[in-house]
Amino acid sequence: MDLLINNKKFSVEAHPDDSLLTILRDYLDLTGTKYGCGEAQCGACKVLVDGVAVPSCVTMMSTLKGKNITTIEGVATNNQLHAVQQAFLKEDAFQCAYCASGMVIAAVSLLKKNNDPSQDEIIEGMQGNVCRCGTYPRIVRAIQEASKSLKNGAGQSNHKSNG
Amino acid sequence: MDRPTQDQPRGNAGYNTQINRRHFFKVLGSGLAVTFTISSSVVEALGPIAKDDEDQISAWIHVGEDNVVTVYTGKAEVGQNIRTSLAQIVAEELEVELNRIVMVMGDTSLTPYDRGTFGSRSIPYMGPQLRMAAASAREYLIDMAADKWKCDRTSLRLEKGLVIDAKQKSIAIGQLAAGKKLLKAINKNAKIKPVEEWKISGTPVLKVGGESFITGRHKYVSDMTLPDMLHGKVLRAPSYGATLIDVDLNAAKKIPGVIVLRDGEFVGVAAPTRRKATDAISAMKPRWKLSEQASRKEIFTYLKEKAEKPDDRNNQATGNVSQALLQAHHKIEKSFNIDYIAHAPLEPRAGVAQWIGDKLTVWTGTQRPFGVQEDLESMFHIPKEQIRVITPDTGSGYGGKHTGEAGIEAARLSKAAGKPVKIVWTREEEFTWAYLRPAGVIEIRAGVNQEGILQAWEFHNYNSGGSGIETSYEVANKLIQYHPSDSPLPQGSYRGLAATANVFARESIMNDLAQAVGMDPLAFRLKNLKEKRMKDVLEAAAAKFGWNGEKPAPNHGVGIACGEEKGSYIATCAEVSVSKESGQVKVVRVVAAFECGAIINPNHLEHQIMGSVIQGMGGALFERIEFENGKITNSRFSAYRLPRFSDCPKLDVVMLNRKDIPSLGAGETPILAIAPAIRNAIENATGKKLYTLPLVPDGLKID
Repeated sequence: MDLLINNKKFSVEAHPDDSLLTILRDYLDLTGTKYGCGEAQCGACKVLVDGVAVPSCVTMMSTLKGKNITTIEGVATNNQLHAVQQAFLKEDAFQCAYCASGMVIAAVSLLKKNNDPSQDEIIEGMQGNVCRCGTYPRIVRAIQEASKSLKNGAGQSNHKSNG
Repeated sequence: MDRPTQDQPRGNAGYNTQINRRHFFKVLGSGLAVTFTISSSVVEALGPIAKDDEDQISAWIHVGEDNVVTVYTGKAEVGQNIRTSLAQIVAEELEVELNRIVMVMGDTSLTPYDRGTFGSRSIPYMGPQLRMAAASAREYLIDMAADKWKCDRTSLRLEKGLVIDAKQKSIAIGQLAAGKKLLKAINKNAKIKPVEEWKISGTPVLKVGGESFITGRHKYVSDMTLPDMLHGKVLRAPSYGATLIDVDLNAAKKIPGVIVLRDGEFVGVAAPTRRKATDAISAMKPRWKLSEQASRKEIFTYLKEKAEKPDDRNNQATGNVSQALLQAHHKIEKSFNIDYIAHAPLEPRAGVAQWIGDKLTVWTGTQRPFGVQEDLESMFHIPKEQIRVITPDTGSGYGGKHTGEAGIEAARLSKAAGKPVKIVWTREEEFTWAYLRPAGVIEIRAGVNQEGILQAWEFHNYNSGGSGIETSYEVANKLIQYHPSDSPLPQGSYRGLAATANVFARESIMNDLAQAVGMDPLAFRLKNLKEKRMKDVLEAAAAKFGWNGEKPAPNHGVGIACGEEKGSYIATCAEVSVSKESGQVKVVRVVAAFECGAIINPNHLEHQIMGSVIQGMGGALFERIEFENGKITNSRFSAYRLPRFSDCPKLDVVMLNRKDIPSLGAGETPILAIAPAIRNAIENATGKKLYTLPLVPDGLKID
């Protein structure tokens, strides 16, 4: 089956019951997407499907035909970190950072839908993501920060990625 | 079933690093290396630390000709950000920029022996060692420049990686080290910079390498791949206490590419894909002999029944408690039940193993890489020198990763398969086959006189441990005992370990005693405390919170609590609201005031305090392991509730910076006071006194 991931076409021969998470991690070595629970409870495995964050651990291949998938590896474009990534860096919004990929993806999706969320809307939008280190207040701050810079249109221009 | 805890680390520091100069520089490249050996004077200055690894080299610093300063420590990075704070300490003392420091951590072949990253020891013990080594390196570099320029060393100084003389002539430290193979011991007379002069330490540096984490580039062990690597999976028993009678492996063996290993009770497979590995395990037909095991419903009686005589280390008696209780004006006698809880690190246990000939390399996320090396040594009966354990920065531990099961399993399967093997535990395996924070029963009898002075204090902890068992309050008559018991579930270390339970019970009773004598709970605590550092955090928390002990609104309540552990102090104020209709308890507002000596990195210290409070709220309010007849029945995130965004209160952190006190660890103590502060706030809101952890797993039952 052909998949469009981070604007690249991949041809994958996998078991029909394999989840998108398995495809990404085991077949394509896109390991930025993490396993945390396997039941869509923790958000560590979130990716964007047509711009909307979904838990890849319960997303089946058959639903992905013609869809545009973005993983954490594809969030930065043209070597520019996304405004959300910049804000996470600025706020140091992670500790062990295992949740960070899923948090960034969920935040990108949230801000795409609503570029000026209230604190309550952020909390509601991020409720499906767990940070066991308890970094939530910083993450909320980072999303507010990203929202500001996206509104000002400055988000994509002032931080060159090293990667 | 006890796994190693921070109080009882397994194994000895027997690994004697014989530093051989040639080998050393083969690994490091030429340059100047300063090694640290713990001296008795430092040990004494730092207070209690086991001396069994005295004279053990425990850290070294290497200055390379590329101007890179490489620090080697056996500590592991599990999200507490010592990779950053320890680098700050070295940069400060060596007078180099922070971005020149490379930290090599938790690698048994490259770093000196270390007992493990636990017990809040990295900053108070490793910190001063690295500081001494860095100061020594600075002095050696100045010596080398003085020698080169034939000048008086007192006219030279080190600044931003350059040795500079009075006329601003300079030479880079890498140039001084170039081509040399100088191995030096620390210079005990090297001057340590006073805290007041810190420029890099004490500043809010961000997580080193943060970008690799938010772009998904960092490879946790669970992300690793090696050429030809297979995926491993282990056959698990249906419950604790089950033994394998027999297993039919034929169907599993018939799956193409699958290698099956049975070694006594251990049965596992290695397969080209995880799906095949899972299929192979499912195809097995094991027969288990089950034995009767404990269930949660009887656990507290069980632990008391199985209790042994009090542990000598935590057995204190002064005065006459019974007599004092008779004379006390107010008495309270209560029993507390503490449930097992899980660390639930978001990255479950993972291990990758590779054999090359008779040499084994294991990558695993553990807080004790050298402990895992010892476990592998006893497993395979090969010398330690042939075993390398590497710990890449790990997806958290919280005291829950002192062991290396996944790495050991991967090594067994890899040996059988002749190829590298990776094992990543499922969430269910992590809940079931790791270890838990101990359950326990705590019994307290306490008495106070009319003036609100504590008269008698009797405290018994059954099973959950002796950490933090000593009371912080002045009391003439006390009996304090820890009674080890036989835990039916595997238990071990956790943030603060038993101190969470001990402080919870103590501070709940202190609240109720204050109420009994009609005193404000803050005033009552201050009256019975002598330790100024504890009073300081209490007063700081109360001031920020605007504490007056009064209900802020109907159905709201406020509570206060404090605790100390490992030389650092925490006080927490909480405000809760309780829904009369649903019984839902919401923590509205929290202030946590913490003091751990001189602050190395206020940014990451805030992380530790904030994270402890939020993680601690889970254990305080709703986290609890359910089990029946030796089987954990809520081994999933959908059945085991974790704190989420919506659980977070408005949270203010107050950090007291005591520059006159050596820096101490911060990963544990800040968790201690949140549970009792919430409990006391619920009492203030509703009059309900609760005696369990968690407090309200099913909401508050309002009569």
